[in-house]
Amino acid sequence: MTTDTTAPDQTPSSIIGRPKRQRWQPDRQHVPVIATLTLLAFMYGIGVVNYEGFDDIQVVLNIFVDGAFLLVVAVGMTFVILTGGIDLSVGAVIALTTTLGATLLHAGWPAGVVLPLLLLLGTTLGLAMGAVIHYFEVEPFIATLAGMFLARGLALLINRNSIPIDNGFWVSVAQERIRFDKGVFISSSVVIALLVVLVAAIVLAWTRFGRCVYAIGGNADSALLMGLPVARTRVAVYGISGFCAALGGVLYSFYTLSGYSLHAQGLELDAIAAVVIGGVLLAGGSGYLFGTVLGVLVLGLIQTIITFQGTLSSWWTRIVVGVLLFAFIVLQRVVAGKRSVQR
Amino acid sequence: MSADDDVVLEMTGIRKVFPGVVALDGVDLWLRAGEVHALMGENGAGKSTLIKVLTGVYDIDGGDVRLAGQPVRFGGPLAAQQAGISTVYQEVNLCANLSVAENILLGREPRRLGKIRWGAMRRRARELLAGLDLDLDVTAPLSTYSLAIQQMVAIARAVDIDAKVLILDEPTSSLDASEVQRLFEVMRRLKNQGVAIVFVSHFLDQVYQVADRMTVLRNGTLVGEFRTAELPPMRLVAAMIGKELATLEDLEKQPTGRVQKAEPLLEAEDLGRQGGIEPFTLSIHAGEIVGLAGLLGSGRTELARLLFGADRADAGRLKVDGKNAVFRTPRAAMSRGIAFSSENRRTEGVVGDLSVRDNVILALQASRGWMRPVSRRRADELADQYIKALQIRPADPDRLVKDLSGGNQQKVLLARWLITQPRLFIVDEPTRGIDVGAKAEIQRLIAELADGGMAVLFVSAELEEVLRLSHKIEILRERRLVEELENTDAVDATRIMQTIAGEQAS
Amino acid sequence: MTFHKHHLFWPFAVFVLLLVLNIFFSNNFFSITVHDGHLYGSLIDIARRAAPLILVGVGMTLVIATGGIDLSVGSVMAVSGALSCLLIGDLGDPDGVAGVLGAIAVALLLCLGLGVWNGFLVSVIGIQPIVATLILMVAGRGLAQLITGGQILNVTSAPYRVIGAGYFLALPVSVLIAVAVAIVAGLLTRRTALGLLLQSVGGSPAASRLAGIQARGLTWLVYVIAAVCAGIAGLIYSSNVASADSNAAGNLIELDAILAVVIGGTALTGGRFSLSGTVLGAVLIETLNVTILSVGIPVEATLLFKAVVVVVLCLGQSPAFRERVLRRRTPVVATKEVAA
Repeated sequence: MTTDTTAPDQTPSSIIGRPKRQRWQPDRQHVPVIATLTLLAFMYGIGVVNYEGFDDIQVVLNIFVDGAFLLVVAVGMTFVILTGGIDLSVGAVIALTTTLGATLLHAGWPAGVVLPLLLLLGTTLGLAMGAVIHYFEVEPFIATLAGMFLARGLALLINRNSIPIDNGFWVSVAQERIRFDKGVFISSSVVIALLVVLVAAIVLAWTRFGRCVYAIGGNADSALLMGLPVARTRVAVYGISGFCAALGGVLYSFYTLSGYSLHAQGLELDAIAAVVIGGVLLAGGSGYLFGTVLGVLVLGLIQTIITFQGTLSSWWTRIVVGVLLFAFIVLQRVVAGKRSVQR
Repeated sequence: MSADDDVVLEMTGIRKVFPGVVALDGVDLWLRAGEVHALMGENGAGKSTLIKVLTGVYDIDGGDVRLAGQPVRFGGPLAAQQAGISTVYQEVNLCANLSVAENILLGREPRRLGKIRWGAMRRRARELLAGLDLDLDVTAPLSTYSLAIQQMVAIARAVDIDAKVLILDEPTSSLDASEVQRLFEVMRRLKNQGVAIVFVSHFLDQVYQVADRMTVLRNGTLVGEFRTAELPPMRLVAAMIGKELATLEDLEKQPTGRVQKAEPLLEAEDLGRQGGIEPFTLSIHAGEIVGLAGLLGSGRTELARLLFGADRADAGRLKVDGKNAVFRTPRAAMSRGIAFSSENRRTEGVVGDLSVRDNVILALQASRGWMRPVSRRRADELADQYIKALQIRPADPDRLVKDLSGGNQQKVLLARWLITQPRLFIVDEPTRGIDVGAKAEIQRLIAELADGGMAVLFVSAELEEVLRLSHKIEILRERRLVEELENTDAVDATRIMQTIAGEQAS
Repeated sequence: MTFHKHHLFWPFAVFVLLLVLNIFFSNNFFSITVHDGHLYGSLIDIARRAAPLILVGVGMTLVIATGGIDLSVGSVMAVSGALSCLLIGDLGDPDGVAGVLGAIAVALLLCLGLGVWNGFLVSVIGIQPIVATLILMVAGRGLAQLITGGQILNVTSAPYRVIGAGYFLALPVSVLIAVAVAIVAGLLTRRTALGLLLQSVGGSPAASRLAGIQARGLTWLVYVIAAVCAGIAGLIYSSNVASADSNAAGNLIELDAILAVVIGGTALTGGRFSLSGTVLGAVLIETLNVTILSVGIPVEATLLFKAVVVVVLCLGQSPAFRERVLRRRTPVVATKEVAA
């Protein structure tokens, strides 16, 4: 019973005051994002070298124009994945939003009512899934799968067919272009998407809520014992994802000017892929929203390169997307994953 | 006793039932301002449950909790914290992926207009750590620091909360002596400020050093409340385990008889791993207990893991029976008759979702491969045999291991390896965080195994334990093996402490 | 009470409920008739429809037991059907048994290769399973379309037709195959130590490694098994419709399979698993599909109905739900909300 025979002053505090790091290296949490950024630049370089007109600034802007809705959905997905969850319902929520929106607009409802209603619907669905996940401890994969069936089913029930949208507000927003120069422009959807990204980035980095999202992803039990509002936060991230999916659906309907129950099939996979390629850990707790933006750009760039190539049949698109997805994942693994494998 | 004016928190007749188990029954606990109150009891006595009731994690099935005279019922940890009850748990319960500063201040970040003020937050974190004599990079993720540091960070977090009651559940189990003293200073300071402190520890000497009063639990019931000064250690232990233990005297015996030094069973020559442990040379003979002593983070565990192939060596050579051996995986080491029980029994030891039987045969099964299963009858035999031999409780081979107490989980882990009949058994902290009775049983078991010819590498933070059991003691400091001592009568704890601490000053 | 606590109680209850529901809407639901020496009836129909899902589910169960997941099973089904149909179409004599068997063998071999690929990514390179199998999920359908040239390949081959639509001893061959595979998998996990080791690896990878379990080979193996199971399911599907449709084959079956596994009481986090539970889950899902038809719910509402059943089932299985709602322990809920 004499573990403390040494006088305390004999042990300089420095020996325990030193972190385990040995040498300088980029912050481990930044490495995946840097890797994605490098690959993105590399791919862009390949595009510019190989295809005429690829270096046109509008090519890049078009990636944003075509990917605005995906970007918004991926932002919501980032919140969910950061807590260690997943949301499979986003594609179906888009379908529901467009179908319901188109139906209501067709029935003569004013856009000023329909728009908030759609966003409210998505948020509510998300919150409901979050509540089921948190309070009843149902796996996120399963709960959001049920949400996916529910949303897609509701959309099918409302209307099986594609419904065109001719509402004045919708059409004018859809056709609105912000022009920087001759032939250089973005759509209003891009502005909305970037706004969402900005707000989300601030929330994640600068607010108590955002940090709680990371804490839950790191260790939900600890977060609870630390007295953090785990229940509220976990339910809220699914609410955010639902909101983002609904907003993504609205942007999608701007993009296509139609509502269709089969819109955005498999979009949840694109969103998850974008988030993962952006370096967010699927297990939660690590990653940045900036990475998600890069991930969306990567997917967009892949599509663009294949379009520029022009000779590829549609099924090649899938294969190439798969191969590039593989390349990205493995490269990240090699660059960033070595230490975490062994631990 | 019950009429003190300065009672901050009063729990009476607490009852908590889990499916099939009465965890607490009629337990009382009075906490007074400006006192350190030790909560004592063996594993499974109900200490952890009582603490979780106190901190709002569990809801009670009966009894009364009064805070400053008012009946309260906490709906969750947050509610308890807001009422001024703050806790540092046994296992570090922080988020390793977040920075040190965030871990200290999460939920109480300094903000302006809802935005976290990172600069102010880092400053505040540094201040709080300075109060514990720590100087860390508060922006680094917590995972880059050792367990001891993480524990201190948890304490810094608890101290920052304006606590009326501070609960420290086994806060010292991963701290070294000087860190413990520093913690005690902090505790005394808080005590003088009028905080009621609940202190749970398996180290009796620490309890006697710091506690003013103690409440003793046994099997979920209250034994009594005592003033520390009025309860000598032997009577405390008797109160905890409910009988005078002969084993306690056995504890004091030195191992008798020295080992015949034939060819060493295992030799390490300049074996090392960068960032883990500097190259070291070491030999272990059959029937010999080699103790590894050193502070936490001195490389004890790293050394042990190298010998088992749990980590790969990047320097030096390893010989088994005089022949070169390279262990790329634990499996390779197992095939040469080496076993290793990890210090992290919850994450690296037992598999909680499997039954006692499955856990016990796991290593044997692993070495046979999946195509040659251990028959059900054989598994039953082995499980029954070791449940009996090691007195694993409850004695039910079908019980899931996650439902067992820490001490019994440890025994399951030991049983798993003993079944493989190893020639060298590396045991890393087998007695950490388990109660006195189980501790003595495990120590005796290890001594018996060595008597039977098994070689044992015994890693422990408790010097007394190392001294009592070992034939030879290897002392580590700052990831280097600095001295080897034959454990003669001349060697005592002070001698070892000098080696550990003496050279540190230079 | 103990029966009530059995992990298959809820799925079984829903299954029985669905069957009872069917009686009211189709009078001869339980009648099984013999026709040309073959059994016919709604129950047989359910079994036939469930066969591919059982196969995929069995493989998925083993993968999930290791804490992984395999999203690529649907794509593997498409690839398997595409390749076998292509090869059979190229045969001089599409009715020759040897040629058909050869085509099937080659198709399954390719699936085995795809499983090796998945397993390699997960166990050797160490990519998270959901991400690793996402790659093949995306690329696999492209591969299937590449094989068929983007067309729907029709085959007319009597021996090939037997797999999906044939009968043996009055029972559908597809059902026999599914049951046989499930039994083999059950024996493989129970009679060997595979089940124990998989549960250990899924339950605690770090502890398993230190216990000397070499998880790499085990993990690799389950992805191969899953892919081969999916391959067989793909053969049954394409044989039944006598064509290879790269888009429709196994579409969304990964979700149904995962659902079947979870309904069967296997946690997605890995560890303890139940093959019998998965089989029950698969049968339950197909019973649901059939019920929707027989009850006369519009096809559009199928998904909606499925969602409701999923919710009911998952809530029924959730201990937290039972604790909070069914037992009505209001104080806990009330105080929690105050705290939040």
